[in-house]
Amino acid sequence: MSLALKALKKSPWVFHVNTGACNNCDIEILDALTPRFDVERFGIVLVGSIRHADVLLISGPVTRNVLPRLKRLYEQAPKPIKVIVVGACGCRCGIFRDGYNIIGPVDKYIPVDAYVPGCPPKPETIIAGVVKVLGTL
Amino acid sequence: MDLARYFFYYLIFPGFLFTAVVGLLTTWVDRKVTARVHWRVGPPWYQPFADTVKLLGKEIIVPAQAQKTGFLLMPVIGLAAATLASTILWVVNLAPESSFIGDSIVVLYILTIPAVSMIIGASASGNPLGILGSSREMKLLFAYELPLVICLLTTIYKAGSFSFQRILELQQAGGVMLGSFSGVIAFIVTIMCIQAKLTFIPFDIPEAETELAGGTHLEYSGAALAVVRLNMAIMFFVLPIFLITMFWGGISFVGWRILTSILKYVAIVVIIVLIKNTNPRVRIDQAVRFFWGPMLILSIIAMILAVLGY
Repeated sequence: MSLALKALKKSPWVFHVNTGACNNCDIEILDALTPRFDVERFGIVLVGSIRHADVLLISGPVTRNVLPRLKRLYEQAPKPIKVIVVGACGCRCGIFRDGYNIIGPVDKYIPVDAYVPGCPPKPETIIAGVVKVLGTL
Repeated sequence: MDLARYFFYYLIFPGFLFTAVVGLLTTWVDRKVTARVHWRVGPPWYQPFADTVKLLGKEIIVPAQAQKTGFLLMPVIGLAAATLASTILWVVNLAPESSFIGDSIVVLYILTIPAVSMIIGASASGNPLGILGSSREMKLLFAYELPLVICLLTTIYKAGSFSFQRILELQQAGGVMLGSFSGVIAFIVTIMCIQAKLTFIPFDIPEAETELAGGTHLEYSGAALAVVRLNMAIMFFVLPIFLITMFWGGISFVGWRILTSILKYVAIVVIIVLIKNTNPRVRIDQAVRFFWGPMLILSIIAMILAVLGY
């Protein structure tokens, strides 16, 4: 394993995207970043710009409006980048499956490395998902 | 032979390598103290090093609208300037006889280059938010430089010389600058200016993570971002040392003074971090009014007191 990958495991910076979720998963993601769970112990930091990101945390099914933005975000991210989908909607469209503006789950459009199902998933589950992705590096 | 020695000074000790390592450790102190204020555990000590190594291994993206040379060159120039300032300060502190006339002016001048390089680099990024950040950084630079220079002038007036050697000798002989009324006032104002120079909260207006998504370093990625962050870490290391040299008797590695030197340094760093953690971000107009109003008046009072001999 190269030194850069080893360092990547120790400091995954997270960028959070909402592609049309109902906001419940976003609240749980924010919960996972609070002092109670203190993910900065493992070097996980929420960053404001996609250029700084190592992990793309996506919540929600892909809507028609958001698809071009999602693709552009993925192209703008510096590689290597890992993509994690949080919530049942992002994984399989969930209860929004028959919505008129829903055009499919996230993995139909960009490659996904991990799925964290749940409606919404608990913060512990989200952290477990991130740990599993880092284990595949 | 001299050339080899200067290269050693600049690149190994007390230049780039030493400054980068201690600067990164200082950012760890920052993050750890912040975590303790939040009632968290905080990152392990090697966290800044892991961040830097990771960033060096990532892809560098140059935006399509960016002016490539300026965008990539400017962080390196800022890094070189910050390292040079650190080298001069340490060489002068460890061997005062190597000081030259007007070196305090040189250091003050070099310490503005990282801010200027960030302004140019962010303007070259072609991102509207980056350009907004660079315009704010420029206004902030104009705001804090005036009180900062007047405060440093109080020390220079008392020492009667622009050279660090004279300033350090005076403080070793006749007590530190902090021991007088004018020194205390100038010290407080300088800490505020350092807060703005480091673009820390309450003056993180050019970066403003929640508002400009990173502002001046928004478009940097990979190794370029590593250089930008290293630049900030080195500035975080140099500015407290500059403050100690000008007001608090300097740094020394002789005998017990090692311990007091480190304590002085850590105390100033913790004060800066605590200010950072207990304040909200101000608007740019409020920041300019703060520096050109109360801080300028305080620094002028310090100057008058110094002239009167207090």
